[in-house]
Amino acid sequence: MRQRIIAALGIAGLAATGLVACGDDTDAGSGSGSSGGEKVTIGIKFDQPGLGLKEGADYTGMDVDVAKYVAKELGYGDITFKESPSAQRETLLANGQVKMIFATYSITDARKEKVSFGGPYMVAGQDLLVRADNTDITGPESLGGKKLCSVTGSTSAQKVKDQFADTVQLQEYDTYSKCVEALGAGAIDALTTDNTILAGYAAQEANKGKFKVVGKTFSTERYGVGLKKGDTETCTKVNDALKKMVDSGEWQKAFDKNLGQAGLKLDTATNPPKTFDACA
Amino acid sequence: MDVISEFFSEYDGLQAFRTTIYLTLLSAVFALLIGTVVAVMRVSPVRVLQILGAAYVNIVRSTPLTLVIVFCNLGLFLQLGLSLANKDSNTFIVDNNFRLAVLGLSVYHASFVAEAIRSGVNTVPLGQAEAARAIGLPFLKTLRYVVLPQAFRGAITPLGNVLIALTKNSTVASVIGVTEASAVMKVMMEDRPDVLFIVFGIFAIGFVILTLPIGILFTSMSKRLAVKR
Repeated sequence: MRQRIIAALGIAGLAATGLVACGDDTDAGSGSGSSGGEKVTIGIKFDQPGLGLKEGADYTGMDVDVAKYVAKELGYGDITFKESPSAQRETLLANGQVKMIFATYSITDARKEKVSFGGPYMVAGQDLLVRADNTDITGPESLGGKKLCSVTGSTSAQKVKDQFADTVQLQEYDTYSKCVEALGAGAIDALTTDNTILAGYAAQEANKGKFKVVGKTFSTERYGVGLKKGDTETCTKVNDALKKMVDSGEWQKAFDKNLGQAGLKLDTATNPPKTFDACA
Repeated sequence: MDVISEFFSEYDGLQAFRTTIYLTLLSAVFALLIGTVVAVMRVSPVRVLQILGAAYVNIVRSTPLTLVIVFCNLGLFLQLGLSLANKDSNTFIVDNNFRLAVLGLSVYHASFVAEAIRSGVNTVPLGQAEAARAIGLPFLKTLRYVVLPQAFRGAITPLGNVLIALTKNSTVASVIGVTEASAVMKVMMEDRPDVLFIVFGIFAIGFVILTLPIGILFTSMSKRLAVKR
């Protein structure tokens, strides 16, 4: 009996070392592969109309178009898109499952602790979405006593309550589409998050003409390209590519195609971005 | 380690866990009531009640909890207009969501409670019920004085399991916006990705602190209260 246990442990040990060896091999392999510059995995959102949306086998949206342009400039031919939900973005970058992230990823100091940012490639701001026939909500100050929706885990709704109207009631759901549903049914009065995201929902086929974006932003969200911490080489290349995209007019084209139709007007002082953050 | 002090001050994590506890306890009470009624229906001599009880258990038990909770909000409240709080109150959304979540959690866990109690009923020897009938007790009195007291004592372990599952399942309430522990965890993860695993650890420990004593309590109760035969 004891001999068998020892034998089993021995086999397990051998198997483990074998696995470790394999791990080393693949790491080395992917390292040399990326310098060849063929395949790349990019993280985007899959559920954000107008920004990053998966429709069957196709991906559409502003984030997707910027990602495609940048990847091409960096010499990648074969792009694989991977879903990167908010809570997983830092981990996906840290363990190398994705090379870059274009997913309404605002540049913040807390995030800079874990990842590096290229860009910003777009500067959005927090805004309100209301029913098209609504006239009494003109900005965050007029929300007193109203019902406001956002998603759990986002701080945008809490910010409205703290800074503008402490009598506002907050409804939180796990997705924005539930908020849109509740807004349409009249159970809430407004939905708050970045104006880019709101415009994407307002422009969806099923929602056309039902909602409008108020158009008075009260925060600055600078969307950056998420990169592995310390990857200044890629960061510099990304910024060059973004500059080229803006200068060539491709940025404006992509914007008009994805978000311009939704009637979204971004702050023209910061959009399209002309200066980019220093890579560090 | 400042994230731990932030958990208490800035994010009010204790309040979130208090909401988790209220959600769990209220749902447990209602689930026990509904579950007992369903279990009685299933062991009753009336065929229609047996079928209704079995249908309830099988339908509710095989529906995902997230669907049940989302239905309570989008279906019962938004579409059918059922609200469980005063519409003019300035805490309407918070109250209504909390009560809808209690409703969903109770209805869902009642099916597991019913099965736990039915398993307890099966531990009571047939002779007990026969003896009760022999002295002339009708069905409900047989249950009330003879079968159910023994059944509950035999069902303590599975009931404890349901309560532990309910404690953890209460996190699903965050999908309709109840600010319990997991909702606050999502906010902290969004704000502080630099300390992701510490945030995760704090909430994991919180749930262990809640569930471990339940497990110990129910194990000792199942030993002390077991029917000696």
